[in-house]
Amino acid sequence: MGPVVIEVEGLGKSYRLGSIGSGTIADELRRGWARLRGRPDPDAPVDTASPGRAQGKVFHALSDVSFRLREGEVLGIIGRNGAGKSTLLKLLSRITAPSEGFIRMKGRVASLLEVGTGFHPDLTGRENIYLNGAILGMHRREIDAKLGEIIAFSGIEHHIDTPVKRYSSGMKVRLGFAVAAHLEPEILIVDEVLAVGDAEFQRKCLGKMKDVSTSGRTILFVSHNMTAVLSLCTRVVWIDGGRVAADGPPEEVVSTYLGSYAQGGDEVAWAPGEGPGTDLVRLTHAAVLPQEAGAPLTMRSPFTIRIGLENRRVHDDDLNIGIRVVNDHDLVLFASTQADSGTDRPPVPQGRFEVDCLIPGDLMNEGSYHVVVTAFRGAKLHFMTERVLSFTVHAGERRGAWFGKQAGLIRPRLSWRTHAMDHPG
Amino acid sequence: MNARSSPHPAPPAPFTTVIGPRRPLLAIDLRELWHYRDLVLLFTRRDIVTVYAQTVLGPLWVVLQPLITTFTFALIFGKAAGLAPPELPGPLFYMSGLVPWAFFSGQITKTSRTLVGGAHVMTKVYFPRLVMPISMTLSNGFTFLIQFAALSVMIAVYAWTGPFTWSAGTQLLGLPMLALIMGTLGLGTGILISAATTKYRDLSFLVGFGVQLLMYASPVILPLSRLQKFPALLRVFELNPMTAVIEAFRAMLFGGAVPWDGLLYSATVAVVMLLVGVMTFNKVERSFADIV
Repeated sequence: MGPVVIEVEGLGKSYRLGSIGSGTIADELRRGWARLRGRPDPDAPVDTASPGRAQGKVFHALSDVSFRLREGEVLGIIGRNGAGKSTLLKLLSRITAPSEGFIRMKGRVASLLEVGTGFHPDLTGRENIYLNGAILGMHRREIDAKLGEIIAFSGIEHHIDTPVKRYSSGMKVRLGFAVAAHLEPEILIVDEVLAVGDAEFQRKCLGKMKDVSTSGRTILFVSHNMTAVLSLCTRVVWIDGGRVAADGPPEEVVSTYLGSYAQGGDEVAWAPGEGPGTDLVRLTHAAVLPQEAGAPLTMRSPFTIRIGLENRRVHDDDLNIGIRVVNDHDLVLFASTQADSGTDRPPVPQGRFEVDCLIPGDLMNEGSYHVVVTAFRGAKLHFMTERVLSFTVHAGERRGAWFGKQAGLIRPRLSWRTHAMDHPG
Repeated sequence: MNARSSPHPAPPAPFTTVIGPRRPLLAIDLRELWHYRDLVLLFTRRDIVTVYAQTVLGPLWVVLQPLITTFTFALIFGKAAGLAPPELPGPLFYMSGLVPWAFFSGQITKTSRTLVGGAHVMTKVYFPRLVMPISMTLSNGFTFLIQFAALSVMIAVYAWTGPFTWSAGTQLLGLPMLALIMGTLGLGTGILISAATTKYRDLSFLVGFGVQLLMYASPVILPLSRLQKFPALLRVFELNPMTAVIEAFRAMLFGGAVPWDGLLYSATVAVVMLLVGVMTFNKVERSFADIV
């Protein structure tokens, strides 16, 4: 293990909610005066030690985060959206300052988060290489020495003396990445690069990350892609609600993290008489149940959507319960009702009952989905709920060399056969 | 291989960067700024090169702008209103006021946009934020030099052709000091406004307007000699730290009494503005990404 290159200690970042511009100029002057005298800011967002003085709400994006990173480690940072990952990266890359705690770092930090930042449209590609490199902290002679390499890496030799405003967006990204890749930082921050760009760009990014890590430098890698995290990182920190929820070997932390999904959000229950529905029939509870209880839902695993209902007045066997699985854009992936099972289904019982819909494995793509419940009487829609359940399907395993999400609303595992057409001999 | 496998943690490495919630307000990391000197020069170059990209006259605009204004002023205020002083040809009087004024007002208006205007870069990547106003000062200084050269040519032409005799001596050596005072005053005021505009956007509208107003309260148009009958107005003019600078600029250029007392006042205001500006800027730049 190498020496410690990043030390994060009690790091916190808080924002005052809705306070921007709400203070009067007199307030500001009073605070400014206190600051000039070296007194603590009287309205400091940080000091919530006096909760009696509600000066507007404070949102703790990050609180008491501590970890140490040694040279050569590849640290994965995982967590849900809004957990504080981006805030942590902003603090580490010095875009904004912490409210409390300290970060100590050794060496040059570069970020693959915003390639091509500061390109000026009127300058040529070559001039922008110098400008962009200097923004990232490179010296002119460093860039001089690497210019040929950078231009070759970008693959746009022919347009290098053309103003950047005539470049396609792909060319700009390539040029920006070429500069960032030649920065040779001691600490590299990579944020979700796998989510953007084409396969070629992804391959270059990953290649660069491998280079950097094998040359004994340190990488912080933020991603929602557990497959990539598992295969690239040597250690993983899970940030949840602005705090470090787990820190340890990748397999352990990732499975704890995914397990946390299996317990939350995918189960719902209503007080009697308050579930969605009508006076005739009403939902009481609903759940998404993975085949193995408590295990994360992956693309491979079959699972069950269970709907609990209370039937109060429907005496015929005409009631037909169904579900619709929709994605984040409310697009219906598929709809199914009890009638799919054929006509010999038993009549709907009186009182409370549950229906299970079995979803086979190897059907869903990774992503987040929602369940809408429908109830038909005969051919007529009796009611349809809002989204009652949400669940996330994880990648689970990698198919092929691609780390990103595969295209497609669903991701069935289909059979392929090869037939030779030419018969030799 | 693991020489440090003692039960005690490894001794703290010599960290190169320490980021904490607070830092002294006047702390400017000069070593870091020096490290980014190439960026300062590149930004300067970019400012100079790109302003006139895709214009036909290009850098000629730098000279044309004050020239056109000069002749407009000479016509309206000099000839029509008869406000120019008798001892100087009108165009020389106005040009010698407009050139330093353009430097000062350029300083304020450009550097006051540092944080809000540079937000698209600064919210994405770190570099010492002062790099931007410093490079703006340099590019602005470059513009000033060109305009000053144009003024020199103008003086030469008048001295060559007309009844105007140019009489200036060693006082010319004081000109760089004036540039320093103006540059400092403009930079300090500019970054102070820049820090304030991250919260109060209104200020960005006020800047252009305010600088314009300030010009009317300076001897750019009205020579102080015409104000002797209006002591109250004269007092207002003298409060403007640019008044003494412009008076001194003309005195050094054409010969005359340099208002040293006034210059001392201007220099003091400049230093105070720079200190307040740097302190405010330092405070705001650390967290402005949160509110921009």
